[in-house]
Amino acid sequence: MNIDYSPEEQAFRAEVKTFIANNLPDDIRRKMLDGKRNVRDDFMRWQRVLFDRGWGGPYWPKAYGGTGWNQTEVFIFEQECTEAGAPGLISFGQKMLGPVLMAFGTPEQKAQYLPRILRGDDFWCQGYSEPGSGSDLASLKTRAERVGDKYIVNGQKIWTTQAQFADWIFCLVRTASEGRPQQGISFLLINMKSPGVSVRPIIMLDGEHEVNEVFFDNVEVPATNLVGEENKGWTCAKFLLSHERTGLNLVAVSKLLMRRLHRVAREEMADGNPLIDDIRFRDRLAQCEMELMAHEMTLLRTLAAMAKNGAPGPEASILKIRGTEICQAIFELTLHACGPEALADLPEALDPDWHGKPVGAAYTPMAAGDYFNMRKLSIFGGSNEIQRNIVAQHVLGL
Amino acid sequence: MEFSLTEEQQQLKDSLRRYLDKNYTFESRRQQLKSGVRASDKHWSAFAEFGLLGIGLPEEFGGLGAVDSAAEDTMVVMECFGRSLVVEPYLSTVVMCAGLLRDHGSAGLCRQLLPEIVAGKKTMALAVHERAGRYQLKHVATTARQQGDGDAYVLNGSKSVTLHGGTADTLIISARTRGSVGDEDGISLFCIGKNTPGLSTRNYPTFDGHAAAQIELNNVRVSVDSLIGPADSAFPAIEHAIGCGIAAMCAEAVGAMDALIEQTLEYLKSRKQFGVAIGTFQALQHRMVDMFIATEQARSVTLLATLKVNAEDLHERRRAIAAAKSLVGQSARLVGQQAVQLHGGMGVTDELPVSHYFKRLAAIDLTFGDARYHRGQLGELMALEK
Repeated sequence: MNIDYSPEEQAFRAEVKTFIANNLPDDIRRKMLDGKRNVRDDFMRWQRVLFDRGWGGPYWPKAYGGTGWNQTEVFIFEQECTEAGAPGLISFGQKMLGPVLMAFGTPEQKAQYLPRILRGDDFWCQGYSEPGSGSDLASLKTRAERVGDKYIVNGQKIWTTQAQFADWIFCLVRTASEGRPQQGISFLLINMKSPGVSVRPIIMLDGEHEVNEVFFDNVEVPATNLVGEENKGWTCAKFLLSHERTGLNLVAVSKLLMRRLHRVAREEMADGNPLIDDIRFRDRLAQCEMELMAHEMTLLRTLAAMAKNGAPGPEASILKIRGTEICQAIFELTLHACGPEALADLPEALDPDWHGKPVGAAYTPMAAGDYFNMRKLSIFGGSNEIQRNIVAQHVLGL
Repeated sequence: MEFSLTEEQQQLKDSLRRYLDKNYTFESRRQQLKSGVRASDKHWSAFAEFGLLGIGLPEEFGGLGAVDSAAEDTMVVMECFGRSLVVEPYLSTVVMCAGLLRDHGSAGLCRQLLPEIVAGKKTMALAVHERAGRYQLKHVATTARQQGDGDAYVLNGSKSVTLHGGTADTLIISARTRGSVGDEDGISLFCIGKNTPGLSTRNYPTFDGHAAAQIELNNVRVSVDSLIGPADSAFPAIEHAIGCGIAAMCAEAVGAMDALIEQTLEYLKSRKQFGVAIGTFQALQHRMVDMFIATEQARSVTLLATLKVNAEDLHERRRAIAAAKSLVGQSARLVGQQAVQLHGGMGVTDELPVSHYFKRLAAIDLTFGDARYHRGQLGELMALEK
C-alpha cells in the first residue's frame, strides 16, 4: 500500500500550481478567497485562460478537445484551483451537458456546442426541477409539442442555478404522457434568448440571487435541438448520474475552509483568551477535522480503485452525503467561531468594491450568510435522503 | 496511491478467514468462554503455524521478516479477528510487546523472547496505564529505583487494566526512574517475568470475552538487563507501541462492524412484520445506510492510521492515531447500538452474535483512550498548528 501521490502526479500538481499562480487574474483570486460575490465574467475569463492552456475540458477526453485526465489528475487540478482561489468550472456545461452530448449527441450537435463550452463562449444552465417535481423528477410536466420541424415548449422550471447568466439551458421536457412517467421525457437544448423564455430570480435566505424560476411560454425550439431519441431523455438524465463517480465530495473546499476556520479560531477571543484554547470549541474543531481526514481517505480509496479497476467500490456512494454534511458542519462552526459580531447584516460587504469597516473581522460579514446558504448542500443534486435511498437500494440491496 | 492488498496479504486474509470460519465459530467461542478459557492453546498453535505470530518480526528470530509492511499485515489479521471475535492475546503479545522488543529491546532480550513468541510458546502483556492517569501514558507514578551498585532496579507501584496481563508469561512495565508523575521524561520500560518475587496480578475477565489484570509491584527487583531501551527515555517507545495497538484495534473494530452490517442486513431482509420484510421501511433503510457510512468512514480512517503509524513526522502520526481512535469509537458506538436496535428484542439477548459484537466494540472504545479522549488529543495537536 502507498498513500503518496506518484512522482508523476506530484510533478503534475506542481505544474498546475505554477500555472494557476501565474495566470489566475488577481481580482478573481481575491474575490474567491475573501468570499466575495462572483459575476458571469469571472467564470468566462477563467475558462478562457484554461482553454488557451489546453485545459478547457479537464473532465473530457482528448477526442473532444479535453485534457484526457484520469480521476486522480482531475482531483489534483480541482484541489489546486480551490486552494488558489480559482472559480470552479461551470459544471453544467463541463460535467453534465458535455458528457451527454458525447454519448447521445449528433455529430452536428457535438460540433456546434462542445467547442463553445471549451472556449467559454456559452454559459449553460440546467432545467430539471419543477415546482411539482423535486425528488420525484420523473413527474415533470413542462411540455414540448412537436409541430413540424419545431417543438413548442410550455411550462416552468425552478431552482435553476445561474439562469441569469446563462445563454442556454438543457431541459428535461415531457413529449408523451403514456406509459411510465420516465418513458415520455425528452432532453432538449433551448436558447435562453428565444422569445417566450423568461427568468425570475429567487432570493435565497442569505439575500443572494443564485437560483431562478424559468418560464417557457410557447417557446419555439428547432427539432434538431433534441438530444438522443424523443421520449428517451430519461436515459440521458440517468447517464449523468452514473457518470458522476466521485460525487460532490467537497474535499478540496472543506480543507480550505478548515484552514480558514483554524485561523479564525486563533484570532477570535473568548473571555480574553484565543478561542482555540477553549476546550469545548476545540472538541468541535477536532470533530470536523477527523471527519474530513476520513472523508478525504474515502475519496483517495475511490480514486485508487478507479485507477486500478476502472470503477469505484461501494464506498464512492457515500461521498456526496459525507462531503456535504462535513462542509455544512464547518460552515456552522465558522459562524460560531465568529461569535455575536456575525449578527451584523452587511450584504454590501460581499461586493468586491466595498471597502467599508466590517463589524468584527474581515471574515465576519460572510459567516452567517455562508452558514444559511450552505444548507442547500444537503438538498440539491439529489437530497441526502434520496442519496440514502440510493445507497439502501443499490449498495445494500434493501 | 495504492490501497489494495498484495497477493501475499490477500492469501493471508483468505486462509485466515477460512480457518476462523471453520474453527472459530460463534458456538465454539461460546463453549470456550463458558469453560473459563480466555485464550485457547489450540488456536494459538494454529496462529503460530499460520505465521501470524511472526508478523513484523525479523527472520533471525524466526519471524516472517517484512518489517516494513508490519502495520498493513497486522491490519489484515485484526480485521479477520474482529469478524470472528477472536479473544486470544494477539494484540498484546505480537503487535505491542514483540514490536517493542524488536524496535528497542537489547539483542539479549530479543534472542531470549522473540523466538518463543513466534513459536507460540510465550505470551506477553504491556502494562503502561495507571488508574489515576486513565489513558494518559505520561502518568507514571510507579517507581523504579536503581540499587546502590547500579546493576538492578527495584519497582514499586501498580498498573491498571493490563490486557491479558494475568496469563502473560512476561510483562513489559513502565516505571519512573526520574522526574515526577506526568513528566514525559524519566520513564523507563522493564521486561519482567510473571514469577518475579514481589509481582502479583489480579486477573479478571472482561465483558467482551477477553481478560485483563491489575498488576501490583511490591519491591520487585530486576536486573539492569531487563531494561528495554535506554533508561529515562522510554516514552516515545511506549507511545509508538500503543499507537500500533490502536491502529490494530481500529482494524479489529472495522472487522466487527463489517460482521454487524452483514448480520443486520440479513435480518432486515428476512424478518417480516406487517406482512413485509422490515428492510422495506425507509426509517430502517436510512438507519442501515448510516451504519454503512459509519463503517466506511471507520475503514478509511483506520487505513490512514495504519499507513501513518510509523511516519517519521511525529505530529502527523499522532494526528492520524488520535483521529482514528476517536472516529472509530464513534462509528463503533453507532453501528453497535443500531445493530442491536434493528434486531429488536433479539438484539438484547445473549443468544445472537450481535450483542457480542456490540460488547466487543464497546470494549475497544474503552481501551487506550475513548472517542472523547482522542478528540481532545487531536484538538491539542491542532492548537499547536500555525
